[in-house]
This record gives sequence, structure tokens and C-alpha cells, in this order.
Amino acid sequence: MVEYRNSAYFRQDWTRKKMEDGQEDISKLAKREEYKYGFVTDVESDVLPKGLNEATVRAISSKRDDPDFMLDFRLKAYNHWLKMKEPRWANVKFTPIDYQAVSYYSAPRKKQKLASIDEVPAEILHTFEKLGIPLLEQKRLANVAVDAVFDSVSVATTHQKKLREKGVIFCSISEAIKEHPELIKKYLGSVVPIEDNFFAALNSAVFSDGSFVYIPPDTKCPMELSTYFRINTEETGQFERTLIIADRNSYVSYIEGCTAPQFDTNQLHAAIVELVALDNAEIKYSTVQNWYAGDQDTGVGGIFNFVVKRGKCLGKNSKISWTQIETGSAITWKYPGCVLIGDNSSGEFYSVALTNGRQQADTGSKMVHIGKNTKSVIISKGISADNASNTYRGLVRVSSVAENARNYTQCDSMLVGDKCSAHTFPYIEAGNNSAQIEHEASTSKISEEQLLYFQQRGISREEAIRTILNGFCKDVFKQLPMEFAVEAQKLLALKLEKSVG
Amino acid sequence: MLVIKDLCAGLENTEILKGISLTINKGEIHSIMGPNGHGKSTLSKILIGHPGYAVRSGSITYNGKNLLEMPPEKRALEGVFLAYQYPVEIPGVNNAEFLRMAYNAKMKHEGKELVDPLDFEDILGEKMALLGMDAKFRERSVNEGFSGGEKKKNEILQMAILEPQIAVLDEIDSGLDIDALKIVAEGVNKLANANNAILAITHYPRLLQYIKPQHVHVLINGRIVRSGGYNLANDLEKTGYDSYLQA
Repeated sequence: MVEYRNSAYFRQDWTRKKMEDGQEDISKLAKREEYKYGFVTDVESDVLPKGLNEATVRAISSKRDDPDFMLDFRLKAYNHWLKMKEPRWANVKFTPIDYQAVSYYSAPRKKQKLASIDEVPAEILHTFEKLGIPLLEQKRLANVAVDAVFDSVSVATTHQKKLREKGVIFCSISEAIKEHPELIKKYLGSVVPIEDNFFAALNSAVFSDGSFVYIPPDTKCPMELSTYFRINTEETGQFERTLIIADRNSYVSYIEGCTAPQFDTNQLHAAIVELVALDNAEIKYSTVQNWYAGDQDTGVGGIFNFVVKRGKCLGKNSKISWTQIETGSAITWKYPGCVLIGDNSSGEFYSVALTNGRQQADTGSKMVHIGKNTKSVIISKGISADNASNTYRGLVRVSSVAENARNYTQCDSMLVGDKCSAHTFPYIEAGNNSAQIEHEASTSKISEEQLLYFQQRGISREEAIRTILNGFCKDVFKQLPMEFAVEAQKLLALKLEKSVG
Repeated sequence: MLVIKDLCAGLENTEILKGISLTINKGEIHSIMGPNGHGKSTLSKILIGHPGYAVRSGSITYNGKNLLEMPPEKRALEGVFLAYQYPVEIPGVNNAEFLRMAYNAKMKHEGKELVDPLDFEDILGEKMALLGMDAKFRERSVNEGFSGGEKKKNEILQMAILEPQIAVLDEIDSGLDIDALKIVAEGVNKLANANNAILAITHYPRLLQYIKPQHVHVLINGRIVRSGGYNLANDLEKTGYDSYLQA
């Protein structure tokens, strides 16, 4: 494999750019609106007892009706996990997770395999409807196919027929394991190996469901694909697994959304997303994450969002682009990245991470250049308010064989109020002299003078804040599919606005 | 229209204005002149409701209402406009969009129909032509990277679009070369009419050759020490502020 012996390595730390001016009233404005997705659905669930051991892994495997190769995969991962330690290097603080106090499986109880979406329990349909994700035929979003994951299990996938006509496979990963074992064997764990890290090993051992996409050669997926994740049961971890394969000359745009009820205990969400792009293929992966963030003032409760997302540009001229709008979770810890193997392949990462209350985020991207003429772009916008901490951490690594690699990184932080902080940790490892790497960073704040300027022109403070934030984030918003860009703007506004009398 | 009575105001712990009284009627152009650091800009900040400044005593009545009780955006919507001495930069916010927001805020306040971006293009185009402004102003971020002159022109453009009842021009001439000054002053003159009023705050009499005020006031040490007609500005051109400072 590639060696990085000659790599120039440097690290910069713009730490603790705290705001100096007292701006209490801006931070009052920035108070989060009540989390409106905090409700619990009363549905009969099949929950495994808390705790994790080999029997748990076997029980999950048998509940999912795994073929033997999957059980082997899980057990191998579990045995690796036993030897690993929970990493602590992130710039976030939390009390150690007791992995024996979590239940690793929860599924809505159902009698047999559902023949159609109409058989999904009414409470669950209602839940998704309340979340704005209608699953029933007549109410569906016209141009978006949705896979709905409730706790650990995919409950419904819409628009199946239309997709099948094009040869597109979009189903739950457990269905894919049964129906398309050759693809699963070839690609599952090929981007994020089971021994990659602690959470990857954990997920590989206990994942229960998630989404699977395969786009056949020379095919543009006819609609947006989307997965909507919902954690419902208290003290349940959600470990979903997503695998997307774009074969030669294909294109797919995929959107992921998440919410969870409001509980006082922290819930662990340790997902893995693997993307594979073959020759000339393009995958666009967008996330709008709004997990419950914990109590605004005390920080009690909320989701620990520890996710591994990685794409492999295997083919020539392939392209993978990540866009994320991260507004929820008590702690967000993830670095969606790309391994650029194919010549002329490119990776992109666009991120808005908003933290307020007592939220913490340590997020960014990893771009690994291996093929010739590979390109990557990282645009990161971090906003912190109240007592929140927001860290950008990014790695750009150019291997010794990667001729003419290029990276452009832009990393902007915005501070609202005087108790929050923003940190930037860019790691750059250039192992080839022909590499061109650019890094730009800025820190700004919403100033009282700016707000007054809007007000002097008759525009309210709330609208002023929203406008400034949208301006700050527009390079990222414009990467989102149209209707989701509108959603994302609203979500941000909701989180940062509270009208003052 | 605007009646300021015995106004004492300043920063929280520092009194800067020490008893200002001034009445401005429709159709009038007033000028407040004086050396730097004597309270000219403080007066403009009090008028727009800057939260960093406090009023100790006195009153400001605007169209019969207590101006000091109105929040800043209400004052703006009711027609009080300040052309900033140092216009604020707002990165990432498109200038044309900002202007449309301001215009629509006013339309909404007056119970009129809001305009969409296409219709606003026409309104904006007309006003920009009036001020001889380059089309690039539309697409750039509000004041970001603008030269001093461009920022001032952008202020007058906002004034043209919002058509305020009273426009306070705070050192609108500072940082302008003579050509830019003429354009800005001409713009102001085109906007002045019998139904509005202008209060031009300036250090130099130069501006007043172009915007001819009927009333000139000299502000020294937080007090208006002399008021007169246009000729007072001419006198100041010759004598400077020294005689007032010594007095």
C-alpha cells in the first residue's frame, strides 16, 4: 500500500476564538425553539435486553435471518471490538458510555414480512407523517423515494416499482443481504473495514438495518433517494448501515434525515455509510441531521452521533460529494470523507454545523488522494451560539503516488454570543511534490452593528439573523437538492430564532 | 415633523449632548456643523435608537409621536433614515436582496403589496440610473469590499429606494473625492422635496455648496451654540470653528 514517509506534516490550531463583547441579547435571540420532534410513538416493540456479548450478536443475526457469511462478518467484528478502546481524541467532553447499558436491538413487532406499505402499523405511518415524511402512496413526495427506518428496522421503502424498471435497487440492507448477497459480499466493509475504528467494529457487529442502493451501469437514477431515520425507544442504540454502489456511468443523489424523541438519557447513534463509485459514476450524499440535542440549559439527554461515513472513488473520473447540515445531537463526531483511488476522481465536502445550548461538535472531512489528477474540495461552515463548542477537524492526505493532486479547503466559523467557542484543526500531509493544497480560514461574528444596520432599514432582528446566517451558509445550501435547501434554511432559522417582543 | 427638546444624552456613563433643541419641518434642509468629537454623530445615533447610547433627559417628538419609545426598526419604518458615516459590511448577503427586504418591510408596514425579485429589478434599476450607479452593485455583498465612495453611494441608493420622511446624512462627504461628492450631493438633491426633510451632519462646509441648507447649526461641546441661514456656512468656511471653541 501507499506510504507516507515523506509527508510534510503540519498542524495549526486557531483555538478558542471567543467573543469578547458582551452580546447577551443576541444569544437570547439565538435560543433554540422547542424541539418539535421530541414525541415518542407508542408501538409494540421487540427489544433485546441491554448488554453486549457474543450471544447478543448471534441473537441480532438470527432476528435478522442472516445468512452464514453475515454472522461470520458480525462475529469477526465483535471480536475485534473487544480488543479496541473507545477513542477519546475528539474535542468533546462526555461521561464514558456504558456499552452494557444499551439495548442493541429494537424493532416494531410485526407478524410477517409486509406485502405492501399499507400494512405498516398505523402508529408508525402516523409518526412519519408527523415528521413530514408521508409513506402512503397518494401522499408521497413525487420525486423522492423514501426508505423509512424506525429504531433499528427499515419499515417501508416507497417508489420501489418505478425504480425497479430502471434496474435501480433501493431496499433495506437486510433485504439486500438476502436478495443480493454477491454485492454485499463484495462491497460491505470494503470502504470502512470492520477493524477501521472502535465504532466501525461495533456497528459491524450489531447493525440491524439501514439502506442499500445499487445503480446499474449507464443509469441516472430517476429520482432522489432518501432514508429517514427515527430512534423511538429509550436506551436503544441505533446502528444502521448504508451501502451505496454506483456502477459505471451512473448517477445518484441520496438524502438522509434524522430525528429522535426527547429523553433524559443519552442515546448512541453509531452508523456507517459506505459509498462506492466506479468509472465515471457520481454519488451525491446529503444529510440533514436534527437528532434531539439534549436540554438547552443543562445539557441533559440528547443523541451521541458518532458516525463513520466514507466514500471510495474507485473508478476513473468518479465523483463523490458529501453535503451535511448538522443541527441536532448532543455530540456530533464525524468526518465524511473520500478515498480518491481512480485517476481524475474528485471528492467534495460541504458542511454547515450549527451548535447551540450545550451542544458539542467535532466534525470535518478526510480526503485521501491516491490516483493521479485527483481533486478535492472542503467547504466547512461552523456556527456556534450559547455555550456550545464547534470544532472543525480535517485531514488532506496526498500519497506519494498521487501526481497533480489538488485540494481547496475553506473553513469559516461564526460565533453568536460570548460563551461559545470555535476551533479549527486542519491536518495536511503532502507526500508528493506536485500537490497543490490551499487552506483558507476565517472567524466572524454577528455583530450588534450589523443587526442595527438591518433594523435601521426596517428589517427585524430575527430576519436579520436569518439573512446573515443564510448568507454565511449559502455555498453549502446551494449544494442541496432544491426542496431540501428550503428545509435546511427553515431548520437553521427555527434553531436560531426566537422572536423577541 | 421632528422636534428635539432639551436633549441630554450620550454613552452610558458619559454625557455628550448637553441640552439640544432643534425643530425640523417638512421641506426643510438643515445642517449641523462642528468639529469632530463634539456630539454630531451621537445625535444621529440617538435618532436611530442605537442601543449603546442612552438618553438622560429631554424629548424627541416625530410626527407627534414619542420617537424615543420606538424600537429602531419602527423608527425606520416610520420614515427615519440614517445614511451612515461608516456603512456596515454584511458579508454573504446580496445587496439587491437586502434592498428588496428593506423595501418590502416598508411595503408591509404601509399595508401595500410586496414586490417579487423581478419587479424589484425595475425599481432598483430606475434608482440606480438616477444615481449613475454601476450594475455590479446589485450582485455584490452589502458594502463588502466597497470603496469609501461606493459605500456612500450605496447609502444614498437605499435612501432613494426607501424614500424616508427625514434623512439624516452623517458625514456623507467624508472620504469622497470631488467627483463622487458631486454625484452623491446631486442624488440627495433629486430626492429632496416638499414632503421630506434632510439633516446633513458635516465637518466641512464643502458639502453645503452642493446641498444648500436653509438652516445651519453649529454644534460645540454638546450644545448648539449658533443657528443661522445658509450664510453661516460661508462664514465658517472663512473663520473655522476656532472662535466658537474659544468662546
